[in-house]
Amino acid sequence: MPEKFDVIVVGAGPAGTSCAYTCAKNGLKVLLIERGEFPGAKNVMGGILYRKQMEEIIPEFWKEAPLERPVVEQRFWFLDKESMVTTSYKALEWGKEPFNNFTVLRAKFDKWFASKAVEQGAVLINETVVLECIVEDGKVVGVRTDRPDGDVYADVVVLADGVNSLLAKSLGFHKEWKPEEVALTVMEVMKLPKKVINERFNVNDDQGVSVEIFGDSTKGALGTAFLYTNKDSLNIGVGTTLSGMIKKKMKPYELLEYVKEHPMIKPYIDGAETEEYLAHLIPEGGYNSVPKLVGDGVIVTGDAAQLVNAIHREGSNMAMTSGRLAAETIMRAKESEDYSERTLDYYRTAIYDSFIGKDLKKYKDATHVFEENPQYFEQYIPLMNRAMGTFFTVDGTPKREKQSKIIKSFTGKNGRLGVAKDLYRAWRVVK
Amino acid sequence: MAKTVEEKQYLVRFRCDTKSHLEIKDHNVCMTQCPDKDCTIFCPAEVYKWEGDRMFVGYEGCHECGSCRIGCGFDNIKWEYPKGGHGIVFRLA
Ligand SMILES: Cc1cc2nc3c(=O)[nH]c(=O)nc-3n(C[C@H](O)[C@H](O)[C@H](O)COP(=O)(O)OP(=O)(O)OC[C@H]3O[C@@H](n4cnc5c(N)ncnc54)[C@H](O)[C@@H]3O)c2cc1C
Repeated sequence: MPEKFDVIVVGAGPAGTSCAYTCAKNGLKVLLIERGEFPGAKNVMGGILYRKQMEEIIPEFWKEAPLERPVVEQRFWFLDKESMVTTSYKALEWGKEPFNNFTVLRAKFDKWFASKAVEQGAVLINETVVLECIVEDGKVVGVRTDRPDGDVYADVVVLADGVNSLLAKSLGFHKEWKPEEVALTVMEVMKLPKKVINERFNVNDDQGVSVEIFGDSTKGALGTAFLYTNKDSLNIGVGTTLSGMIKKKMKPYELLEYVKEHPMIKPYIDGAETEEYLAHLIPEGGYNSVPKLVGDGVIVTGDAAQLVNAIHREGSNMAMTSGRLAAETIMRAKESEDYSERTLDYYRTAIYDSFIGKDLKKYKDATHVFEENPQYFEQYIPLMNRAMGTFFTVDGTPKREKQSKIIKSFTGKNGRLGVAKDLYRAWRVVK
Repeated sequence: MAKTVEEKQYLVRFRCDTKSHLEIKDHNVCMTQCPDKDCTIFCPAEVYKWEGDRMFVGYEGCHECGSCRIGCGFDNIKWEYPKGGHGIVFRLA
């Protein structure tokens, strides 16, 4: 393959395909390389796909894309062993055009999305691993694949190879991630008739629900569980930082069983049949873990660049926007035929000026603070449950006495000052 | 209802290569320096099993998540992607 492309994109996930689609649509000669049997075969997501950032790539994609349900209600559950405190927001508007977000199954979605890039003229090759970038005089000029005669050349190589980010690592853009910088997540797709889902979640065929679950669902470790409605299946999963998993000596599949068996969760999945079991990492290092984003002839996008907002489970949208911004950068560079780091630096600035950089910055200390202060997940969620339990159990105790008992329960261990400090610190990192 | 890891793994499609993409660099390190053998616990597919004197690596069931490479405290796992098209094939999510 001694052919030369304008752009080689490594990885046909949301980041890579967004970049390939945009470049091809604007007339560039694009090669999209994917190691899986098909795009999506290696990819895992809880399932919330955001309309806004996808629409910026393909307007009105919902008329054609394989989506599950538009989410009309977002629920948040704070679990203790046999109780929970909940809050939620439901908006019928989210069930109508232009929608807010959708549940999706990635193996189907990614395959479809990549086919749209091919329609625009991108060349897709599956079943091909990029082993390394070809570097000449300090400049990335192509990639070496595991095919015979597998060297391919291009003006720019876009790394969209996902969380493991082996290619950027080997270029020295970042060190190996630390166990605190990634979350290990496992999930199952469970088949359940549409009608049963609708009844259990109080929705109709064209409405979906997302449930984020905190507290006992991770046995107090920093992480969350989730439960999302597809058309006729549910996605249920749980993850914690890899460091948390190691520290607590948890087996991820046993933690998932614990979640599935939890008395607050079990009734929702009762009778559902598991169709698939999946494990994947999520980059959760945030702002401080974002690596070097550009070099001579190379741009890093999506999970490979740690572009995930863990607090709001936004990853696929950041991947898409970063892929699009990479494409726009390359189109600019093409005008001057200059693919040096200095020209491509436009991408870095664009990332930091966009919602990606701003949101990552806003939460830059969150993971670290919550990891270092396990009391938020370990103590406050059970306390919150006990407080509500105490207050709403009618047992003849006067309300004022209940209130002071509740306040004591919060301040007992750490003292009033400790709680105030914790609250202030939590507010600081998410404000 | 797919409770055990074996039952879960049974539902996943794998296109196995004949060659392992995972390799323990030095079994001695596992034996002498790593009493906890965390990889045998946190690996979501139970790929790693300690056999008393060496680490058994059931690469055929690997989800290619990368946790072992990052989580091994001794950087003792050589981790590559399986050959193109091989390894795990997710059909759904
Ligand atoms: C359990 C879970 C739940 C999640 N939930 C949500 C959610 O609800 N909403 C949300 O927005 N985000 C969620 N995320 C995050 C989201 O999935 C990612 O942020 C997003 O997929 C990143 O896209 P990407 O294109 O950067 O990487 P990926 O989707 O990982 O794509 C990378 C691609 O590159 C390919 N590849 C890798 N290396 C090579 C190589 N060397 N050669 C060739 N090809 C290669 C891979 O096969 C893959 O197709 C979740 C993640 C997980 C794991």
